Amino acid sequence: MTFPKGKLIAIMGLSGCGKTTLLRHIGGALKPDRGYVKFDGQNIHELNQDGLYAMRRKMGMLFQFGALFTDMSVYDNVAFQMREHTDLPEDLIHNLVMMKLHAVGLRGAQYMMPSELSGGMARRVALARTMALDPVLVMYDEPFAGLDPISMTVIGDLIRSLNDTLGATSIIVTHDIQESLKIVDYVYFMAQGVIVAEGTPAELRVSEKDFVRQFVHGEMDGPVPFHYPGVDYRQALNLRV
Amino acid sequence: MMGVVNTIRAIGHRIINAVWRIGVASRFFFLTLLYSGNSFRRFHLIIKELFSSGVMSLIIIVVAGLFVGMVLGLQGYETLKRYGSESALGVMVALGLVRELGPVMAALLFASRAGSAMTAEIGLMKATEQISAMEMMAVNPIARIVAPRFWAGVISMPLLAALFSAVGIFGGYLVGVVQIGVDAGSFWSQMQAAVDFREDIMNGMIKSLVFGVVVTVIALFEGFDAPPTAEGVSGATTRTVVTSSLAILMLDFVLTAIMFRGA
Repeated sequence: MTFPKGKLIAIMGLSGCGKTTLLRHIGGALKPDRGYVKFDGQNIHELNQDGLYAMRRKMGMLFQFGALFTDMSVYDNVAFQMREHTDLPEDLIHNLVMMKLHAVGLRGAQYMMPSELSGGMARRVALARTMALDPVLVMYDEPFAGLDPISMTVIGDLIRSLNDTLGATSIIVTHDIQESLKIVDYVYFMAQGVIVAEGTPAELRVSEKDFVRQFVHGEMDGPVPFHYPGVDYRQALNLRV
Repeated sequence: MMGVVNTIRAIGHRIINAVWRIGVASRFFFLTLLYSGNSFRRFHLIIKELFSSGVMSLIIIVVAGLFVGMVLGLQGYETLKRYGSESALGVMVALGLVRELGPVMAALLFASRAGSAMTAEIGLMKATEQISAMEMMAVNPIARIVAPRFWAGVISMPLLAALFSAVGIFGGYLVGVVQIGVDAGSFWSQMQAAVDFREDIMNGMIKSLVFGVVVTVIALFEGFDAPPTAEGVSGATTRTVVTSSLAILMLDFVLTAIMFRGA
């Protein structure tokens, strides 16, 4: 699996197929039993903690429900990495935070606490925080989960425009096929830890592969069975045949 | 036969698990000390935690200290009266508080108020992926979250114990002198003559410092180690209070035996 620079790539698949695990491997939170993850010319799981932290400064990750720091305001959440990793003066940090919040349309929410935000707003603040240090690789773990259709479109558009503006590479792990096909450049489908299909959104929309068709069109039955494997139904009902 | 084997196996499993957790907690404590430098360079992080663990515990410490001192005054008077030594009430109240009740009661109250809050806060941070987010931002959560809370707990504990003792002595004075009528001069002068700064006050302070380290490490470790679920966080909070309370009482015996044996 490769993620070319500047591209927005989706990884899709059923729950439990290994999508989030893959993101954790890329972020260096897990070490692979086999294979490797290479980022910016370096093998991530061969790095020591300092090397890994240096590498992570070039990455950003948007967690499924934002993972905003609940004891900090919106402003402080976005300023967090700037204060931790740079020696920038506070007035410059202020301007940068305002620019990031403006980009996600939440400049006016700077004094709010995470508990006061709606799900969509929290996701946008988290997006601003993820972009705080202009990462070259941004990972999104289920960015559309639990959002209303308007928020979903807003987040989708923001992901695309921020990716293009920053010239970053983005990886989206998602179930939301329709929303993600609108914004991504390329898609990998995973099942049971392996790639089962890949292609551009246009290719996937007309794909004849059973798995892709079932996933793209949301069909109930197909290569992914509706029923979880178990004993025979008649046997489960204690019926004599 | 199989039942016996299973019981032995279960006991062995629990023992191995307990030893394993002690090892992990020790490593956690070592890492906390190792990454503490950043906390002292940015002391405002410790001050923020001093407020939530120390200042927010003041009310419970003052109220509990006052009532414990008043009870000591009443019980002490009743006992001393039998031997005609009512004038030694001040000594009894002061030594009881400074040597034992101050450090122990303050630590128990600290464990149940601030310790449980620390565990729940860190456990919830873990459950809501805030700690993972911090790690992904290349910020070490032990240096940023754990170390400031640890030092805030260690600094708060002796101060809270001293306050508990001071308020407790005042409570003893209210009951003994103001209510019952023990002579105020003998109450204070005997206390001043009998309470030794190094033997009594310093040893009490050392006790509370040790309790501060133990309670805070247990609270932080339980939070950091909590399974990221509602049940996991509630279980960790309960374990913090139970383990801390038992550790305080056991350590109190050990420290008392070392400090005051034969004194």
